[in-house]
Amino acid sequence: MKRVQFSHPLMPYMLLLPQLAIVGVFFLWPAAEAIRASFYLEDPFGFGSTFVGLDNFKDVVSASEYSRTAWFTLIFSAAVTFFSLSIALLLAVKADNVIKGASTYRTLLMWVYAIAPPVAGLVGVMLFDQHIGPLNDLAHALGWNMQIGVNYFDTAFAMTVIAVWKQIPINFIFFLSGLQSVPKSVQEAAAVDCRSSSRRFWTVTFPLLAPTSFFLLIINITYALFDTFGIIDLVLKGEPGNNPVTLVYKVFLDGFRGNDLGGSSAQSVILMILVFALTVVQFRMIERRVHYS
Amino acid sequence: MAGIQLNTLRKIYAGNVEAVKGISIDIKDGEFIVLVGPSGCGKSTLLRMVAGLETITDGELFIGDRLVNNVEPADRDIAMVFQNYALYPHMTVYGNLAYGLKNRSIPKDEIEKRVRKAAEILEIGDFLDRRPRQLSGGQRQRVAMGRAIVREPAAFLFDEPLSNLDAKLRVQMRMEIKKLQKELGTTSLYVTHDQLEAMTLADRLVVLSGGVVEQIGSPIDVYEKPASTFVATFIGSPAMNLLPLAKSGNEWKLDNGATVDVKLNTDLSDLILGVRPEDLVIEELSEKFDSGLHTALTVHVVEPVGAESYVHGTIGEGSVDVVVRAPGKLHFEPGQILKVTAKPEKLHTFDTKSGKRIELEGALETA
Ligand SMILES: Nc1ncnc2c1ncn2[C@@H]1O[C@H](COP(=O)(O)OP(=O)(O)O)[C@@H](O)[C@H]1O
Ligand SMILES: [Mg+2]
Repeated sequence: MKRVQFSHPLMPYMLLLPQLAIVGVFFLWPAAEAIRASFYLEDPFGFGSTFVGLDNFKDVVSASEYSRTAWFTLIFSAAVTFFSLSIALLLAVKADNVIKGASTYRTLLMWVYAIAPPVAGLVGVMLFDQHIGPLNDLAHALGWNMQIGVNYFDTAFAMTVIAVWKQIPINFIFFLSGLQSVPKSVQEAAAVDCRSSSRRFWTVTFPLLAPTSFFLLIINITYALFDTFGIIDLVLKGEPGNNPVTLVYKVFLDGFRGNDLGGSSAQSVILMILVFALTVVQFRMIERRVHYS
Repeated sequence: MAGIQLNTLRKIYAGNVEAVKGISIDIKDGEFIVLVGPSGCGKSTLLRMVAGLETITDGELFIGDRLVNNVEPADRDIAMVFQNYALYPHMTVYGNLAYGLKNRSIPKDEIEKRVRKAAEILEIGDFLDRRPRQLSGGQRQRVAMGRAIVREPAAFLFDEPLSNLDAKLRVQMRMEIKKLQKELGTTSLYVTHDQLEAMTLADRLVVLSGGVVEQIGSPIDVYEKPASTFVATFIGSPAMNLLPLAKSGNEWKLDNGATVDVKLNTDLSDLILGVRPEDLVIEELSEKFDSGLHTALTVHVVEPVGAESYVHGTIGEGSVDVVVRAPGKLHFEPGQILKVTAKPEKLHTFDTKSGKRIELEGALETA
């Protein structure tokens, strides 16, 4: 292949500059700033700051409020990841049985992917709306006096359902394309070798989906931890009160509502470490992961 | 072990594509049947109906004395070898072989015994811990065979199992499959589009075309008495020469005026004459015999393949390409004129319209 030469050696760096500037201004600089702030006690009235070492971290971790939030985040993330993955997988398997290579269907289903994420969250919130939400009505009809924003459990339930609801389409599309890439002949060989279709699924199809599943697992954990911020905000309508929030939402609350910049920064540093750990795990696993050709 | 009986099996795919149009074959226990035909003639469809991977639109399928039309593939007591091997990529070779046995709750030590035995027969014992992607094409092919053998099924079904191998390996595996099948004595139904593979493997050939059976018979029968022009040109390479033959007065003549004295009890005024390239001999090279056909051939192209040469030529204005199989050491020049002849019993005649074989009334005589 012919190599394209730039006329000036600095040219490629110039071309990269806008991108690098964006990364620097919007990611690296705030991150560095957060790390710095986590070691200082900021005066709430803006009169300078004092270096306090690890005090912010000690305060954050020892607060009972923080561990309550951490527990909720853990359970919430686990539930969202589990349900959005398993429901999407179930739907994808059913869809795969129906479409069997019919590409028109597949294109139609792809639309879900294009439309869903931004809209689904809003629709989900609407479904639980105190006044017009059909799911809210349904719960009442079943004798469940659902009080979102008031009752801790009810609020947590609504958040989880909406977060799952929003994530299913994305998982569905990935699972479906994963299923469609499992060779037909391998599935047929399995049909000759094994009578039970559920056993075939768990012993042949599911292991062959492993790379897709693993990828989605990481994506979903990340989603549940961080990208659910908007949903939580919509459900709480900006009034957290005694309701459950995730760690990410708490960073926002403490920093902007509580004006505790140091504590908030310490929390975001802890989250950064968490992300870093997740990334390491992901790369390790991907390296070790068998990719079936 | 068991025979397989196909009674007027039909397959109509969605969109009204009739891929198999009422095929009946009676496969005896232990027989090696090869389904052969050009691509798209319905071979795979037929085989897959036997396997249970494709529903049967109409007709009956018996394996042994059991009607299996609506029986699941896993319950039909068959094993299948796929063209692309279809090995389970996430399992080891051992796992691949053992999978079908595990699902049938066969005791562990019995599984172990069968896998080891199959591995020994197929010489894949050293790879049992490897995964399919760590194997060469030939080794994968053996694993696919092994997966079928360990099951000890009533029948083996093969769908073009050798077509992904290179030519040399294909010949070798062909011999091994044949040997193995004879040793195990397992009824086998084998699909291929390669007529040579079909000839060498089959106890009986089933030649298919457009979803119907053209001919069923032993390879030699099919070769020596092709039932139609389709079979005549499909089986054998180079293909049989087909020449138009027309009645003029009391004689049958080729386009170039050469007389062929065929004794035929027919009202037809034209026929198709068939003669295989090896049955058209160059007159100077052969001993004198009572010839059924004499004609001059103008050489156009010579294809030397070593032991022999395929001499392509024409027998006059507007003649089709005629091929003569000549000894390889001879030299031919384009434009050279050869006198060729054929024994009367080596001539075949076919109906011009239907392409069906017409048996001669006896030997042909020289004009
Ligand atoms: N799933 C299918 N749906 C519709 N038509 C099919 C399907 N599979 C095969 N066919 C058609 O049936 C005919 C026979 O196909 P096949 O049995 O695969 O032929 P072969 O194996 O002899 O090449 C072909 O015309 C093919 O296009
Ligand atoms: Mg085929």
